[in-house]
Amino acid sequence: MKKLEPFFVHVIVLAFVAFALYPVLWVLSVALSGAGLASHGGVLPIPHGVTLDNARAVAGVGKPGGVALFLRQLTSSVVVSLGTAIVGVIVATPAAYALARFKFVGARAAERGLLATQMFPAVASAVPLYLVLDALHLLDTRIGLILVYASTAVPFAIFQLRGSFETIPVDLEEAAMVDGATRFQAFVRVVLPAARPAIAVTALFCFMAAWNEFILAATLLSRESAFTLPVVLQRYVGEHDAEWGPFAAGAILVSAPVMAFFYLVQKQLVAGLTAGGVKG
Amino acid sequence: MMRRALLLLALVLASLLVSCEDTDARTVVLWHAYRGDEELAIEDVAQAFERAHPGVRVELLSVPFEAYLSKLESAAPRGHGPDVFIDAHTRLGAYEETKVVAKLPSGVLDEHAYDATSIAAAAGYGVPLSTKCVALYTNTALLPEAPRALSDLEHAKLAPGDYPLAYEADVAYYHAALLSAFGGRILDDAGNYTFDSDAGVASLELLRRLSREHVIPDEPNGSLVTQLFVSGRAAAVIGGPWLRADLGTHVHYRVTSLPVVDGAGPMRPLLTVEAAMLTPRGEKSELAIDLVRFLGSRDAALTLATVGHQVVARNDAWTDPRLDGDPALVAFHEAARTAVATPTSARMQSAWVPTDEAIKKVLRGGDPRAALAESHARFDDAVKPPPPPASPTPALVLLGALLLFASWRIVKNTRISDVRASASAYRYTAHAFVVVIVLVVLPLGAGAATSLFAGTRDAPRYVGFANYVAILTARGGALLGHGSFYLTLLVTVLWTLLNVFFHVTIGVLLGVLLSRPAMKLRAAYRALLVLPWAVPSYVTALAWKGMFHRQFGAVNALLSFVGAEPISWFSKFSTALTANVTTNVWLGFPFMMVVTLGALTSIPKEVLEAAEVDGCTRAQRFFRVTLPLLRPALLPAVVLGAIWTFNMFNVVFLVSGGEPDGTTDILVSDAYRWAFTRDAQYGYAAAYAVLIFGLLWLMTRASSKIAERAS
Repeated sequence: MKKLEPFFVHVIVLAFVAFALYPVLWVLSVALSGAGLASHGGVLPIPHGVTLDNARAVAGVGKPGGVALFLRQLTSSVVVSLGTAIVGVIVATPAAYALARFKFVGARAAERGLLATQMFPAVASAVPLYLVLDALHLLDTRIGLILVYASTAVPFAIFQLRGSFETIPVDLEEAAMVDGATRFQAFVRVVLPAARPAIAVTALFCFMAAWNEFILAATLLSRESAFTLPVVLQRYVGEHDAEWGPFAAGAILVSAPVMAFFYLVQKQLVAGLTAGGVKG
Repeated sequence: MMRRALLLLALVLASLLVSCEDTDARTVVLWHAYRGDEELAIEDVAQAFERAHPGVRVELLSVPFEAYLSKLESAAPRGHGPDVFIDAHTRLGAYEETKVVAKLPSGVLDEHAYDATSIAAAAGYGVPLSTKCVALYTNTALLPEAPRALSDLEHAKLAPGDYPLAYEADVAYYHAALLSAFGGRILDDAGNYTFDSDAGVASLELLRRLSREHVIPDEPNGSLVTQLFVSGRAAAVIGGPWLRADLGTHVHYRVTSLPVVDGAGPMRPLLTVEAAMLTPRGEKSELAIDLVRFLGSRDAALTLATVGHQVVARNDAWTDPRLDGDPALVAFHEAARTAVATPTSARMQSAWVPTDEAIKKVLRGGDPRAALAESHARFDDAVKPPPPPASPTPALVLLGALLLFASWRIVKNTRISDVRASASAYRYTAHAFVVVIVLVVLPLGAGAATSLFAGTRDAPRYVGFANYVAILTARGGALLGHGSFYLTLLVTVLWTLLNVFFHVTIGVLLGVLLSRPAMKLRAAYRALLVLPWAVPSYVTALAWKGMFHRQFGAVNALLSFVGAEPISWFSKFSTALTANVTTNVWLGFPFMMVVTLGALTSIPKEVLEAAEVDGCTRAQRFFRVTLPLLRPALLPAVVLGAIWTFNMFNVVFLVSGGEPDGTTDILVSDAYRWAFTRDAQYGYAAAYAVLIFGLLWLMTRASSKIAERAS
């Protein structure tokens, strides 16, 4: 029984991998064949005739200035998403730390208030956000978009990081403070490195949210070169019909960098795993 | 790590500064939603305008269709956005109310160059550029003779299993053509709902027969129709000019006007007129007015027709011999002449969904008369006049009382010494506090305040708590009746519980399995398992919808592969909810898995090993040691996950779309419908949002109380 155990584990995990992969393979099949997003009645997502035309169309190959425009839009997406992740984590980390470690007046209210911000359906705040950005003269700028995304990323990141800080033993900082470090030094030198995996995961979440968002991006940006990729993709969906081939190909193109990013963050996760010093 | 993060920040800031550009006075901004050839054509016209006006630049922006309305409505009334924009006449009603569009100055429109229908549709606001309506595409290999009547199609000799006709039969826009053959309309000139009539019954009975006799396929959607036609499995399809780009050279076809319904009249499709319109800012600019005039010229029309393959509205363009070489285009022009312009009234927006629902109900075997009566009642309910203005005193008194109570509590529970002792904590939290107040609390507060208003966005009327009263009394209907707040709430709670249960179970299971020290291929598994989360959800949700299709979906193909009966997923509440939940579980489990993985890394291995040494069984170890240790990191994720799922609009909207008959709608998708498909009742939708907020608040408070008591 004990010998068979790894086998069963792999069977379970593989079953979920199949579940996770199957719809993505359909999208891939559409991206390669250009047929509609309706399945063709078969069980296996095999494309009829493989072509890279759809991917080329998304990347602007064959259109004068198309590739350069696509690269600028890619840059725009990366800048906005990274910006959101960085702003979100930088703003949230100290606040999350304070909520996890200090007892202070208003802590409970802050905690509840933060949770409350997540409860209000986002649809209701689009127009007021537009007015705030207009007042700040940040319409049609990437900083404006980063701030808007930060508005959802910060409360989430505070929540997520507070939970993680609570799992870090208090003894670590106390030991550092006994050795003469100030509270802030202990926070930066001891707690932050220990929380690295959690910070990485939180940054990934913030990045992902910004990377896939398109309604606010399309509403707030008015220059084609500043469009983020989801806005570019959404242009393949019209009032009456949609070009599913390029749409699906674009979706695959958009998710590739995220997978790469996840790989990088995964190293952080593993680093956190081995930093504990115990190997299995 | 800190240094690297700072370096990244610096890079990001630097690239932000580079990207600022100024627009000068000789620039005119033009927005459109064109793609493909149509976009190339408008670019050509813009260049021609620039050549005719040296020193002038036309700044073109192609906006995604889905964001067009919200973008225009937020930008134009505040003097941002375009000078000129191109849009369908059907939205004029909404644009008029929100001050997005300005009347054309006299002399810009050459009224004699157009059909009366186009002029009437543009209503003095725009210069008609092109028209869009549906026509009949027939596969010339399968049907050598162009069918004149519906019976020609029905009697066509085809291979078994092939369809004589395919079109999006369950969509009101397409059904309007069938309705017109019996002399019916969805809305009359006065804006009354007239689908509930003998003509409506006759059209629905015909549709039901066509579906039962397999003249048309089940659950048809746009991409299925295209696919059936391209693969030769449908002899004819009904579609607009937009279909041509998808067909390419895969199939030989001809385009003709829609057929005659035997024993009734010809099918007359709905007509959309696309026009160039001025915003209030453009109205003040000579250059913008010049551009509108130029867009409406015969030369521009010829470019739109030859490059963009558009059915141009200017009649004198059709005398050009170049257009004769495009028989399909000529056929669409013919079809447009007999088409009926879609009503402009904002009430039309409230008519689409009840009409769709009635058609779907009949296709599932419902009685036409009952379905029509129900759709009529729903339309009337959606366009009910807003409540009368109210005095703001009660709300102000309530607000004052709340503020007093809050400050009393703060004063009572706070000691100055405590505040002083908290100063060090405030140093860590101050910047987050400012960010959250400015970017989250203020906009949300403003959003919540709109719930006290009714009417249009630019002429709101204070109505007090009337919106809340209407919602909480189920608009005067049965408390658990169709679409009532309470019924939808029950569905939402069920939806949330199912999702969170599966998210957490699967996420924690996979997280724990993947953290096993002896696990091989860990990195590969991890990367593959986050795929659902990495691919944009608006694409994968639509892929899932396709997989749940009754006839052509992969899920039913799998079922029949193992010998089970195929299921019509979206015709029953239970199966439609299953489809939604499956999609959302698929989308959401990677989040819980990654959170679990992250949390497990910070649990000291010694603890788990100690438990193993102590002789705990695997289950004991998991439930007594691992899970309690995961709790602090998992709990916020579960709470947030539950809140997000409660408000998960995308999946419900894209997969089931509320089907069958709006029963799988959750509170937030219902709120969306009030805002966008039922007469733009933003105040009413905001009241929904506030109620959702209140409910979630109570639920989280209650659950944390229970959790406190349990521990």
